[in-house]
Amino acid sequence: MTIGTLIVRNVRRHTLRVVLTALGIATVILAFNLIATTVRAWYAGVEASVPNRLITRHAASLSIHLPLAYRDRLASINGVTGVGYANWFGGVYREAKGFFPQFAVDPDSFLDLHPELHVADEERRAFLGDRRGCLIGRRLAALYGWKVGDVIALKGTLYPGDWEFVVRGIYRGAEPTTDETWMLLHWSYMNERRQLLDPDRAGTVGWYVVRVADPSLTGTVVRSIDAEFANSSAETRTETEQAFQMGFVAMSGAIISALKLLAIVLNGITLLVLANTLVMAVRERTRELAVLRALGFRSSHLTALVTGEALLIALFGSVLGIALTIPANCLYAVLVSAKLGNFFQHMNLYPSTLVLSASITLCLAVCASAIPIARILRARVADDLRHVG
Amino acid sequence: MSQPVIEFHRVTKSYFREEQEVPVLRNFSLTIPPGKFLAIMGPSGSGKTTILNLIAGLDRPTQGTVHAAGIEVSQQRESDLARWRARHIGFVFQFYNLIPVLTAAENVELPLLLSPLAKRERVKHVQAALGLVGLSNRIHHYPRQLSGGQEQRVGIARAIVSDPTILLADEPTGNLDRDAAHAVMALLSRLHQELNKTILMVTHDPRAADHAQEILHFDKGTVN
Repeated sequence: MTIGTLIVRNVRRHTLRVVLTALGIATVILAFNLIATTVRAWYAGVEASVPNRLITRHAASLSIHLPLAYRDRLASINGVTGVGYANWFGGVYREAKGFFPQFAVDPDSFLDLHPELHVADEERRAFLGDRRGCLIGRRLAALYGWKVGDVIALKGTLYPGDWEFVVRGIYRGAEPTTDETWMLLHWSYMNERRQLLDPDRAGTVGWYVVRVADPSLTGTVVRSIDAEFANSSAETRTETEQAFQMGFVAMSGAIISALKLLAIVLNGITLLVLANTLVMAVRERTRELAVLRALGFRSSHLTALVTGEALLIALFGSVLGIALTIPANCLYAVLVSAKLGNFFQHMNLYPSTLVLSASITLCLAVCASAIPIARILRARVADDLRHVG
Repeated sequence: MSQPVIEFHRVTKSYFREEQEVPVLRNFSLTIPPGKFLAIMGPSGSGKTTILNLIAGLDRPTQGTVHAAGIEVSQQRESDLARWRARHIGFVFQFYNLIPVLTAAENVELPLLLSPLAKRERVKHVQAALGLVGLSNRIHHYPRQLSGGQEQRVGIARAIVSDPTILLADEPTGNLDRDAAHAVMALLSRLHQELNKTILMVTHDPRAADHAQEILHFDKGTVN
């Protein structure tokens, strides 16, 4: 027998109480993991950012476009190794709910600047060779059942009219965080229609994507670009791709903060549930613990007994919670997709999220055990030996 | 004459209830040589159990000193006292105080967890202790599967398994019927005679006290 044997036997004394406590912890872990997954989904674009890619846009607003002529001036700046551009297309498929990100891009440079978009050579060539062609992400294709050769009809919102694009390729993300819900169109095709419908805005781009030779040059290049266009009719604001993505996340800052607060409250519940169970268990065993002290068990032994019990219950709850999270997250992803379409790129459940939730729970178990331990160590053994529980 | 194993020197012990001082022991002195079997009798509240608690270091005197098994108990730190108790003190309680989720063998093994003995050595000691109290055939039984007398014999096995210097028994027969009480007292007498243990026993039962070499009658904190 060891102290561990006694810990396990103590946990098994009141099976129902321990199971209910573990279920409470498991529920909290499940909720925490779903919240963490949601928050992480919000940051997916930030996580997918590449450190040596910059975004240059109009200094006043993203809705004000920049001249196409800036491309060559950007390319000539020291440290810049590639320049691409894109426009937000903003079309709707069938109905308002059928929204997904569509970018009108310069295909060659855009694909060169985004090596994380893996597309077969044949499909790449087909896309580059067809001005009405489009390239779509794997998840987007799966969502609508599109395949190569299909025609996608979009209703333009920013660029009014009915638009048709032929799927020429389907790309895969190199990383789990790569967004696979994009639709890439030819900027030249869009611009051609725009020259007819809105000639004043023709020949402009929403933003430039700039690649720098080395991430350490980022600061210098950012300053050089914005200095290059300072005091012009279209001043620029350049930032890293990560900062650019963070700008979008910040728009939902209040919701994200509320979710984070909720996660903290949930962990507070775990603390209370565990502390309550431990206090009850220790109170029932007041005399037994006094007997152990009378036999020569030291404070460290009693601390190990109570903390071990708390950790074991928390571990049980954590394992149960993680086991519930995996199928629940699949269901959650389906429900979110049904309600919000492609608002989130993905609802991936990361192992690090599971490890974080379990680690927090185990830390809380140690904190929760502090209350009964303090009570045991403060009490007089002679008094506790007379305790009638 | 051999060195006393227990010595109370002008010990006073008071408790405080709602700021009111309640004296339990008054200027109490006592010397007990090794190998003595002493019974302490007296009415409830006369300070009998307090003497056991002071010897074991579970309580501290208000005044005076208590020496036991080579140390001045009242001057030790709690952690040192715990180590000393594990080595020198064996406790037998009125209500047995066995851990209900542990078998008889595991209950007896508890004090040995604090010793440097290996698992195999601990098992040998446990078997010997349970053999000594006549419960070799009950080692895998849980307390709920034992009679009161058997539980108390497991309690005695737990008290002697680490071969302590002093055995303190607080009303060991107080919760037993006459036959079981007799068996327990016969066992304590045997431990005293065969192992020469120093035993201090608090009891209300004159028949139990008759097994001791000497009886102290206590009343209002002093020996009559």
